[in-house]
Amino acid sequence: MEAGTPDLINLEDLDAAAGALTGRKHVVSILVENRPGVLARIAGLFSRRGFNIDTLAVGPTEDPEISRITLTVDGAVHPIDQVTKQLHKLVNVIKIRDMEPGETIAREMALFKVSAPIESRAEIMQFAEIFRAKIVDVSRRSLTIEVTGSADKIEAFERMIRPHGLIEMVRTGEIAIARSKSDN
Amino acid sequence: MRAADALMEALKAEGVEHIFGIPGGANLPIYDAVHDADLDHIQARHEQGAGHMAEGYAKASGRVGVAFATSGPGATNLITPIADAMLDSVPTVFITGQVRTDLIGTDGFQEADVNGITMPIVKHSFMVQDPRHIPDYIHEAFHIASTGRPGPVLVDVPQDLSRADIEYEPITDTPNLPGYKPSTEGNIKQIRIAARALANAQRPIIYAGGGVINGNASEELRELCASDNFPVTCTLMGLGGFRASDEQWLGMLGMHGTRTANYAMDNADLIVNIGARFDDRITGKLSEFAPRAKFVHIDIDPAEISKNVPAHIPIVGDVKEVLPKLVKEYRASQADSSRLDAWWEQLHAWQQEYPLGYEDSDDSEIKPQKMIQAMFAATEGDAIITSDVGQHQMWAAQYYGFDKPRRWINSGGLGTMGFGLPSAIGAKVAQPDETVVCLAGDGSLIMTCQELATAVRHEIPVKVFLMNNGYFGMVRQWQELFWDGRYSSVEMGPSPDWPKLAEAFGARGMMVDDKNEVEGAMRDALTSEGPVLLDVRVTKEENCYPMIPAGAAARDMVG
Repeated sequence: MEAGTPDLINLEDLDAAAGALTGRKHVVSILVENRPGVLARIAGLFSRRGFNIDTLAVGPTEDPEISRITLTVDGAVHPIDQVTKQLHKLVNVIKIRDMEPGETIAREMALFKVSAPIESRAEIMQFAEIFRAKIVDVSRRSLTIEVTGSADKIEAFERMIRPHGLIEMVRTGEIAIARSKSDN
Repeated sequence: MRAADALMEALKAEGVEHIFGIPGGANLPIYDAVHDADLDHIQARHEQGAGHMAEGYAKASGRVGVAFATSGPGATNLITPIADAMLDSVPTVFITGQVRTDLIGTDGFQEADVNGITMPIVKHSFMVQDPRHIPDYIHEAFHIASTGRPGPVLVDVPQDLSRADIEYEPITDTPNLPGYKPSTEGNIKQIRIAARALANAQRPIIYAGGGVINGNASEELRELCASDNFPVTCTLMGLGGFRASDEQWLGMLGMHGTRTANYAMDNADLIVNIGARFDDRITGKLSEFAPRAKFVHIDIDPAEISKNVPAHIPIVGDVKEVLPKLVKEYRASQADSSRLDAWWEQLHAWQQEYPLGYEDSDDSEIKPQKMIQAMFAATEGDAIITSDVGQHQMWAAQYYGFDKPRRWINSGGLGTMGFGLPSAIGAKVAQPDETVVCLAGDGSLIMTCQELATAVRHEIPVKVFLMNNGYFGMVRQWQELFWDGRYSSVEMGPSPDWPKLAEAFGARGMMVDDKNEVEGAMRDALTSEGPVLLDVRVTKEENCYPMIPAGAAARDMVG
């Protein structure tokens, strides 16, 4: 016999939510006090709880006392609920936001150094144009291209460019901001 | 004012009266300030001892325990107590000296990055970089250590900064920590749902843990249990949170808990977890844990909820605030108490069928369980018992019925052998009018026995009852049961002559090996002045039963 009233049994839905895997990438935005060692605390927390950080970006905010850490975590592997709760326990962590995919603008920047001999150079520049990327450095053998956009876009660009000979790639990790609510 | 003196003032402003510690190079200024501070400083003989003393002090009193150590090896010796305090949520502040700021990062003499080393095992830590921050940091450290889910806080003070001249003004307001706001009151809607679940449950069980002790909520727990005929079990950390002599008490649960408590969890339809954390020693095989139950989980730490076992009704809050509301809501439900009759019939049947028990010896040999019963009799069940870790700890948990909170002081989470003696010293400092007994194991005691010198030097009359079986007994038991009896490094071999060792330290040493003389010897030890070590020679190869083998389910208990 089940304990509780029918609405209790409805709460079984919590089974699924609590501690479970969501199966998607999460962008977690963390506001922290700008104090020494904060990043070490966060990185240490992830490693000792066995969570992997996929990307990480740290920078100042509009308030000099507060920094923002944006990281992405794979919700297919780690229980996001536990990740955010454990982060909340760090005294220097002020606020955590698990960004809603539909309501978030996320951007990343990447720099690609691509082998670009004369015969393929035009094609590479065409790709860059399609992706609204910028050519920021040119040498006789290579081009350096700056791409900004979602992680998907950067990955798509990488797939296009790789066959031409990708010499080096640098990515910043995503940063994200919530979309403004519409006024009406 | 010199920063080190301001540090003392800040400690006194927090109500500190006793400090446990050892001086060294990097904390010379701090110890110079101790000189004039009008604080009772207990000089330990090893920093690990100082740390466990601070823990014992905190566990016995509920106040924040404080330990000092110097940089480098002094600080690294504190690592075990810090980790212990983290896992058992003990409110403690550890203040370490650090090398001069110009030496930091140069691998200077006695330099260790204690802040970095301890990061995973502290609730929070402060590295002093500006001496003017010292009073604030102390204030914040005490606030963080003692509120929310309690825990250890480290303050690392470079030697030169503690000599700086600063302004000191007493701070009285609550620290403003934007990222630290424990929620204590509990969501009333959730509490109502929990009350309804309780009112509808046919086979409920209250499963209470260390949160009841830490939250000083044993009276509130009693109220809840008195609101209906709910059966109650406690974890190792929760013992004393509910009266062991009560009719509703099922005994401890978990790996060495009673069959009744474990079977009750296995068959319950509603488990109300009050300040416990579904530790692996409780759940056994997680996938087979309490398969019929819905879970209410009340905890001050939101991260504990649904960490191991998904909670159907999570309540984040201080048990002391949540329980009275739950009682009120439950009473309003006017549930029919007789619905629990069938459940109690089952529980009583298990209690009758599977009582705790052991076979006593035919001769004068002292069975370890007998020793615990003698200890209960000699102390009239009303001592503060600190324990080391191992078989003796489990037997005490089984056979010494704790009726009051803060009477059972042991290392549950980290399982630190050697915890017993120093924590007894700390407990006695906190509660000088109470009888404090350290129940030691011979494997454990030798790890921190140097603290007998501390007890003698500071005239702290702790009584050490040593359960001496000549083995690392719990490891031996596991090797016997699960590793084909291949004993590997578990026999102690030649141990010290314990009474002589006690005498060498200046304490009284005694020995007993006849079961008819145990209680008398204990009474003798308890009534004699000063620290006493009583070496009790027990059966060498006795196993602690019942037990849930590792990785098994509660219903598969053996012994």
